[in-house]
Amino acid sequence: MPEDRIAYSEPVGDRVAYTTCYMCACRCGIKVHLKNGALRYIEGNRDHPVNRGVLCGKGSAGIMTALSPARLRKPLKRIGPRGAGEFIEIEWDEAMAIATERLAKIRATAPNRLAFFTGRDQSQSLTGYFAQMFGTMNFAAHGGFCSVNMAAAGIYSLGGAFWEFGEPDWEHAKLFLLFGVAEDHDSNPIKLGLSKLKERGAKFVSINPVRTGYSAIADEFIGITPGTDGLFVLALIHCLLESGSIDTEFLIRYTNAHYLVIDAPGEPGNGLFIRNEFDKPLAYDRTTRAFVDAQATGTDPALLGSFSLPDGRQARPAFALLAERYSAPDYAPEAAAQRCGVDAATIRRIAAEIAEIAFNHALTLDQPWIDSAGRRHATMIGRPVAMHAMRGISAHSNGFHTCRAIHVLQMLIGAVDTPGSWRYKSPYPKPIPAGPAPGGVRRHADGSLANAPLGFPRGPDDLLVDDAGEALRLDRAFSWDAPLGIHGLMHMAIAEAHEAGPDKIDTLFMYMSNMAWNSAMNPGETTRMLTDRDAGGNYRIPFVIYADAFFSETVAYADLVLPDTTYLERYDCISLLDRPIGSAHGPADAIRVPVLKPDRDVRPFQDVLIDLAGRLGLPNFVDESGNKLYASYADYMVRHERKPGIGPLAGFRGEDGTAIGRGAPNPDQLRRYVENHGFWRHHLPPEQLYYKHANRAYLEGAKAMGLVESDDQIVLHLYSEIMQRFCLAGEGHGSRLPPERLRARIARVMDPLPIWYPPVEETLTDTKRFPLHAITQRPMAMYHSWGSQNAWLRQILSENRLYLHRDLAAAHDLADEDWVFVESRNGRVKCQVRLMDGVNPGTVWTWNAIGKRSGAWALAKDAPEARRGFLLNHIISEYLPADAGGARQSNSDPVTGQAAWFDLTVRLEKCEADTIAETQPRMAPLDPPFAVNNPAILRFGAKEGVR
Amino acid sequence: MTSLPQSLPGAKKLGLVIDLDTCVGCHACAVNCKEWNTGGHYAPLPDHAPYGAEPDGVWFNRIHSYEAEDSNCGGRTVNFPRSCLHCEQPQCVTVCPTGASYKRAEDGIVLVNTDICIGCKLCSWACPYGAREFDEDAGVMKKCTLCIDRIYNTSLPEAEREPACVATCPSRARHFGDLGDPESKVSKLVASRGGVDLMPELGYKPVNKYLPPRRAQIPTKPTEAPMRNGKGVGSALLNLVDRVLSR
Repeated sequence: MPEDRIAYSEPVGDRVAYTTCYMCACRCGIKVHLKNGALRYIEGNRDHPVNRGVLCGKGSAGIMTALSPARLRKPLKRIGPRGAGEFIEIEWDEAMAIATERLAKIRATAPNRLAFFTGRDQSQSLTGYFAQMFGTMNFAAHGGFCSVNMAAAGIYSLGGAFWEFGEPDWEHAKLFLLFGVAEDHDSNPIKLGLSKLKERGAKFVSINPVRTGYSAIADEFIGITPGTDGLFVLALIHCLLESGSIDTEFLIRYTNAHYLVIDAPGEPGNGLFIRNEFDKPLAYDRTTRAFVDAQATGTDPALLGSFSLPDGRQARPAFALLAERYSAPDYAPEAAAQRCGVDAATIRRIAAEIAEIAFNHALTLDQPWIDSAGRRHATMIGRPVAMHAMRGISAHSNGFHTCRAIHVLQMLIGAVDTPGSWRYKSPYPKPIPAGPAPGGVRRHADGSLANAPLGFPRGPDDLLVDDAGEALRLDRAFSWDAPLGIHGLMHMAIAEAHEAGPDKIDTLFMYMSNMAWNSAMNPGETTRMLTDRDAGGNYRIPFVIYADAFFSETVAYADLVLPDTTYLERYDCISLLDRPIGSAHGPADAIRVPVLKPDRDVRPFQDVLIDLAGRLGLPNFVDESGNKLYASYADYMVRHERKPGIGPLAGFRGEDGTAIGRGAPNPDQLRRYVENHGFWRHHLPPEQLYYKHANRAYLEGAKAMGLVESDDQIVLHLYSEIMQRFCLAGEGHGSRLPPERLRARIARVMDPLPIWYPPVEETLTDTKRFPLHAITQRPMAMYHSWGSQNAWLRQILSENRLYLHRDLAAAHDLADEDWVFVESRNGRVKCQVRLMDGVNPGTVWTWNAIGKRSGAWALAKDAPEARRGFLLNHIISEYLPADAGGARQSNSDPVTGQAAWFDLTVRLEKCEADTIAETQPRMAPLDPPFAVNNPAILRFGAKEGVR
Repeated sequence: MTSLPQSLPGAKKLGLVIDLDTCVGCHACAVNCKEWNTGGHYAPLPDHAPYGAEPDGVWFNRIHSYEAEDSNCGGRTVNFPRSCLHCEQPQCVTVCPTGASYKRAEDGIVLVNTDICIGCKLCSWACPYGAREFDEDAGVMKKCTLCIDRIYNTSLPEAEREPACVATCPSRARHFGDLGDPESKVSKLVASRGGVDLMPELGYKPVNKYLPPRRAQIPTKPTEAPMRNGKGVGSALLNLVDRVLSR
C-alpha cells in the first residue's frame, strides 16, 4: 500500500498582517496570512478585544470578496442615459477634476446643494467633517434606515445605547432578555456572550417574531407580534410596579426619578422640572419637608405625592407620573396580551423572573468604589438582568419609544452599568445628550458650518427649520417631521431630492450604499426618480457621484463612479470620534492597514475624499497658502486634531507614544498600532468597571482622556424633559412652533415618558385587506456584508423564500415551494413559500438582500439571486399614504425619522399552478461596465502544478 | 476491500464535540474550514460555476437547521453542523476497493489517499452521514481531515494547533480532543453533558459526539393579577416607596 503523503507542518504562508475585518459592521481583528503576495488564510486575531480569535462565516469568506469579479476597475463617466449603464473609463485626474469643478461651484453659491450620504460608512468622523467643512447640512450615513431609534433612545435616556455604546455583562448576567435581534448587532461578540451565559446556566429569553439565529438557542422564545414589543415591556413594568419590585435606591441616586415636575396642564411650564435660582432641579426632602437641590446628598427625596410650590403651582416627582401611568389597567398584561400575541400569564411570569433575579439573586462584587458625590462604597451591587435590543425594535415607527421603554425598565430595576446588567462601552457614558446641536444654520466666514451636521437637539431652538417651521435639511432630519433625527434620513434623500428639484440639490454624492436596490424602500420608484427628467430633458437630480468597490445595482445610476478598494487594500481607522471598538472594560480603537496592493486603478474612498477636500481648499484640509495638509487618509489619521491633542486615533499619542486619549500627534503612531496587531486598548482598573455614570474615578479618567468634557455625574433620564420641551411646542407654547399639520402629532409623540402606539403605517392601512405583518432579516452568514455575491457565501444562500407558519399556510392552501403573490398597499412581489413552526402566526418573513438584479455584482444573468431571489423592498414605500390634503409623511418614526421597514402589512394570494417559476418584479438586466470573465471552476488554493 | 487498524484499549481517538445547545447556525465553521482546507492537505476545494446559475463546491463541513416541536417546551430550532465523524468502525473505509480510504492507527483520523483513490464513490454511498465530498474536478474523494495539517503543525503556536472549525467557532460550540482518553477535557464534557452518538444503531461507533440542547429555567411562584380598584398605584409600591431613602 503506498504511503499517504501528508505535509504536517507546512507554514501557513510567508507573511502575516493584522488588520480589521469589514465583512460586516463588527470590526473584528483579523490575522491575514499571505503566500507569495497572495491571500492564503484569514483567521480571527486571538488578542483582539472584539472577537478574541473567533471569526464568523463572513470574515472567513473575506478572500472571496477580495477576489470578487464584481470589483470596479477604473473611474467611470456616464455616456448613455442614466441607468442604462453606458460608461467610459476615465483617468483619476479627469474624475477628480469633474468632481472638483462641480463641487467648487456648489460651494461658492449654495453649499447645501450638495447632498452627501455615505451609507455603511465606518469613517463618519471624516465624512461628517468633510460635510461640515464643505458647508453642507445635507449629510448623513446609513443610521437613519438602520438603528437611529436605538441610538437616540439610548443616548437620550442613558447616555449610551445598545450595541455601539453598550453591552450585556456576559460574565455575570443571570437572566438575559434579547428583543428583536436577528443576527445583526452584533455578530461575534453576541455569539461569544451567549455561549458564556449558557455555560453558566443563565436563562436567555428571546422576544422575536421568528425563531432563527440567536433565538434558536434561547431557553425561552416569545414569538411576539411585530411592533408590539413596547406594549409588552410596559406590561412588564406594570407588573413590577404592582409587586413593588423597584430599585428605589438606584432611582434616586442615578436617575431623575425624584426630580419635581411642574403639574400645570395647559400652562407653558407644564411637565418641565422646577428649578432653583441656580438652575438646579429640585426634589422634595421628606425628612426636612423642604424643596432641595435634587442632586444634593443626604436627602430623603419623595418619589410619590404632589407638592405645592411657593408660587402656588403643584409639582410631582417624575416617578409618580411614571408609576401612575403604568399602574393603570391599560398597561396590565391582560390588556396587552392579545395585541402582543403573548398570553398574560407569560408576561406576568417573565416579570416575576426579572424581579426574582434582580432582587433575590442580586450580585455583590467585593470591589470598593467612590461615587461622584465622593462617597466610598465597599461593594458593587448588581442586578444581574441584562437586556439587549436592536433592529426588530428599531425598524418600527414606534421604535424610539419602545427602546426607551426598555431603558426605563432597566432603570426601574437598577440594571444599568451594574454587575450582571447592561453596561456602557467606553467612551460612553456621555452627558445627555451627547454633543452639540446639529449644524446647518450658523456658518463661519470660511464657509464651514459652526457645528457638525449631525448633532443632538435639546429643544425646539436647536431644530433646523425655517420660519414656517418647515425642514431646512433635504431629508427633514431635525425638523418637526423628525426632531431627534440624529442620524439623518438616508432613505428619504433620493425621494426628497427628486421632489425638491435642482434648486435644492445639485449633486447627490453617495458612498457604499445600495440605494438603487436593497438599501432603498421601493427600488423601482427610486430608480425612476434617479432617471427622471424635466421637460427640457434635464435630470431632476442633476448630478450623481457614487463611490463603491463593486458593481452594485446603484453604479448604473451614477454620472461619475469613483471606484473604491476592498477592505484589505487600504488604511482606515475605527475611531473614538466615530464608532470605536471600546468595551465595558475600557476604550479601544483600531486601524486597517493595506494587506494587498490593488491590482486595479482604484483608490481608497477616504484618500479620494481628502484629496477632494484639498482640491476644494476646504478649511482644515489646506493650510493658509492653500496647500493640502494631508497626503492621504493614513496621514490624516495621525496628524489631524479635532481638538488640541485629540485626533482620530487615541492610542500611542504624544511624542513618545505613551499618552492615551489626549496627546500630541505621534508620527510613529501607525507603526505602534501595527506592532500592537492593529488596535489599541486601555484596561480600566477594577474600581472603574461599573457605575461609570456616577463613578468618580472613571469620570475623572474619561475626562483626562478626552472622552467626556466634564467629570460630573451623568444623571439618567428616566423622565425626558427634552422630549417635554418639544411636546410643549406641539401644545402651542413657546416661540418656535410646529407647522399646524404636525402640532397634534408632536404633542402626542414627544411624550416625556415612553408610550406605545400601533406602527403608524398599520393605522393608515386597511388591515382587514392586509392582515399580515411582513418582516425581513439577513442570514448570519451575510448580515451587514457588503457583497454577499461572494463565491463561498452564495453557496450557503443564493435564493430566498417567504417563511410562514404552518397554520397560516393551511389557511391559504399553501405547501412548501408553492408560489404566492405578497401584496401590500404599494404593490406585489411574487415568490415561493416555505412552512415553519417557529414564527408568529400572523407574520411572514424572508431573508433580505439575497435577491439581486440580473447582471449586477457580475453574476451570471440567470443567477438564482435574480431568478428566485426577491426583495420585500419593492412593496415598501418611503411615504405613508397621503392625508386628505394630499400631504405625505415619510414612512418613519415620528421622533427620530428612523425608516419603518417592519411596519409593512401584506396579504397573500396563491399563484396559479402554471405560473412561471421566477420571482417578480424583474427589473431589466444590467451589464457590468467591464468584461466579465468568470471562471467555470474556481480552484482557489490549488498548489502550483497540482490539480 | 480495506481493513481497519486493530483497535487497542486506550488508543487515541481524535475527534470533535459539537454543542447543539450553543450552535447558532452561523456557518463560521463551514466557511473557515473551506478557507483553510482549500489551501491545505486536499487543496483545492473547487467551486463549480462560482458566479453562475448553480454554484456548487466542495465543503467538508455543512450546516443544517431543523425545527423540533415539543408540546412541553414549545419547540426549538436546532442547528446541526455535519462533517466526518471519524467512526471507529467506518464502513467508508472497509468498502474502499483500493485502500485509498483508511483509518489511522495512531489517532483514529479517517483519511483518503488521493494518489490511489479511483473516484468510485463507494465510500460516499457507504457513509450514512453524508460526510464525504467528491471533487469532480480532480476525480477523487475528499473529506474532513480534522485539519491534520494544523493539529500537528509545528510551525503554528501550540494554542493554534486545533481544527480551523474549532478555532473560529464564535459561540464556542466546537471542541477538539482525544475521546479515547476518559480523562481528557472533551471526554469529561461528553460525560457531564450527556453527549450522544449520531445514529448509534448503525454500529459505526462515531468518535465525534453531539451535546444535546439544555433549557435553563428560573423558578418563580405563579402570579396572578391582584384585585385592585380604581386609579393610582398599588399597595406594594406604596409600601416600598414609604421606606426612608438616602440620596
